[in-house]
Amino acid sequence: MFYRENGQFKTSYKSDQQIFPIPQDRWAIFAIIAFAFFAIPFMVDEYLFRAILIPFLILSLAALGVNILVGYCGQITLGAGAFMAVGAYAAYNFLIRVSGMPALGAILLGGFTAAAVGIVFGIPSLRVRGLYLAVATLAAQFFWDWAFLRVKWFTNDASSGSVSVADIDVFGWIVNTPTDKYLFCLGTLVVFSFMAKNLVRGNMGRQWMAIRDMDVAATVIGIRPLYAKLSAFAVSSFYLGVAGALWGMINLGSWEPAAFSIDRSFQLLFMVIIGGLGAIAGSFFGAAFIVILPIFLNQILPVIGGLFGLEVSIALVSHVEIMIFGALIVFFLIVEPHGIARLWSTGREKLRLWPFPH
Amino acid sequence: MAFFLETLLGGLMSGMLYSLVALGFVLIFKASGVFNFAQGAMVLFAALSMARFSEWIPQWLGIDNLFMANVLAFAVSILVMFAVAWLVERLVLRHLVNQEGATLLMATLGIAYVLDGVGQTVFGSGIYKIDVGMPKEPVMMLESVFEGGILINKEDFVAAFISALLVVALSIFFQKTSTGRALRAVADDHQAAQSIGIPLNRIWVIVWCVAGITALVAGVIWGSKLGAQFSLSTVALRALPVVILGGLTSVPGAIIGGLIIGVGEKLSEVYLGPYVGGGIEIWFAYMLALVFLLFRPQGLFGEKIIDRV
Repeated sequence: MFYRENGQFKTSYKSDQQIFPIPQDRWAIFAIIAFAFFAIPFMVDEYLFRAILIPFLILSLAALGVNILVGYCGQITLGAGAFMAVGAYAAYNFLIRVSGMPALGAILLGGFTAAAVGIVFGIPSLRVRGLYLAVATLAAQFFWDWAFLRVKWFTNDASSGSVSVADIDVFGWIVNTPTDKYLFCLGTLVVFSFMAKNLVRGNMGRQWMAIRDMDVAATVIGIRPLYAKLSAFAVSSFYLGVAGALWGMINLGSWEPAAFSIDRSFQLLFMVIIGGLGAIAGSFFGAAFIVILPIFLNQILPVIGGLFGLEVSIALVSHVEIMIFGALIVFFLIVEPHGIARLWSTGREKLRLWPFPH
Repeated sequence: MAFFLETLLGGLMSGMLYSLVALGFVLIFKASGVFNFAQGAMVLFAALSMARFSEWIPQWLGIDNLFMANVLAFAVSILVMFAVAWLVERLVLRHLVNQEGATLLMATLGIAYVLDGVGQTVFGSGIYKIDVGMPKEPVMMLESVFEGGILINKEDFVAAFISALLVVALSIFFQKTSTGRALRAVADDHQAAQSIGIPLNRIWVIVWCVAGITALVAGVIWGSKLGAQFSLSTVALRALPVVILGGLTSVPGAIIGGLIIGVGEKLSEVYLGPYVGGGIEIWFAYMLALVFLLFRPQGLFGEKIIDRV
């Protein structure tokens, strides 16, 4: 009844091609963003910021990057964690080695470094496809895992192997309380999401999708696979690099290569597949699901055990947790292989006809 | 020269062990097009089951004989792996027919998590010993040819021999039995196989059972080398370059790929490692596989990829 575009006539190309053509969508998005900026900081406590909201925002950004590569360009990657690591360590090195480097500049440069590395590791995609490529991207993962562990230069000869940064300073705004961190990550995420949304509906995004749907046919109609695939790798790695820099410098503060291990890569791939491949919104749904689920299980399992009078040890909880996590993932893939984003769009279609579906 | 040969032989033998894990990948991919990331978890699960049952069965039945205990534990473990195969087909694969490769890959990752969780809940999460009487002492060979001879681990030798046996048995199974013929038919073309009356679901159960047995053998061998522990599940990650190097659809590819990767890893670690800080084994294997892939995108023995528009 309320979500309906009857009677909304577009009278110019500009209004037809805008980013959210349906006004209800537009207002809903603005309302959510305004709520996230102005209401949430006053509503939640520090634990929620640290445990859920900040990881959710940063991992959403990373999932966006993975979604661009896997969902829009169709190149499966298992090396996403490596590009996050490259971003994080590059940002760290720019920050400590270049005097007077602003933190924001270091984060962006970290992203650009990751993009360059992404192009190099994307070159095999021109020759190798599908699952072979997926395994080939693991080369990036293991190579960078090794490099940040063994090559002392990257970690500035830190004896423990872990690096740390002080609170970052953005044009005089010291980002140190959880609220500040949340707002900084939120701002970055909003900017990058709009950028991604615009990229995928523009020329570049259409080329990616053509390559994804059938690369031979795309080549025949004049899309250069070299340019399309490598640009997808570059943009995706840029997003991952920025996300990695934020993860290291804002969420963790001090970190080791293990923070960006292969488990992180799997986690990111889970996010985009459960959230929905080829949907920007899917990245957020997936990130929310994967971030919240383990915390939820961790809280709820001892309670359930208590109901049956069982003493649940911490080790048992962690085992049962990964068991249920795996089972839920399989369950989700079976009931909705196209991800939560598809559920969302089905719901929206229903809503357009509600309350008179016939 | 003797040192070089020693490294080479060591590489060949660890390569045999990789191909054992790689075989499991190839079997399942051939028959169902599923890239089974859970193979490592299956190796761990099988090893844990073997280790624990060989400890529990003597307690339950009061058997004193180590050999009998091992045989019984092996039999029980095979049954356990069959149960796993049946459950996987019944609960997961049957519902995911015709999905994309990436979705199936993620589903097997989910299975891997479940297997890791169940395995550690049921069997415990410590390090357990598997003692199947593998000879541990090293032997010297070719002492007449080289000064000092070549030092070889007898255990590796036995392991390589067992892997070779398993490969021979598998090829006989695939080439000579009617089930094997049905498996090859399914691998060739699902629809054609179904149209001449081959039950796909049963074939998938069988192929997962066979993969379960290779996982068990791999688990026993790796487990008696390193102990049955959680890190065994990372063996799968070591075996992945083997699979893509040899070709996802080729059994001989898994063997040759394993040997190439095994030798490449050992030689690189010994001759290249010291210059760059060591520990390069794992990514070197992937780089090696990548180099091969650049020339043959379908792996050494994989089916040629033909593009149709």
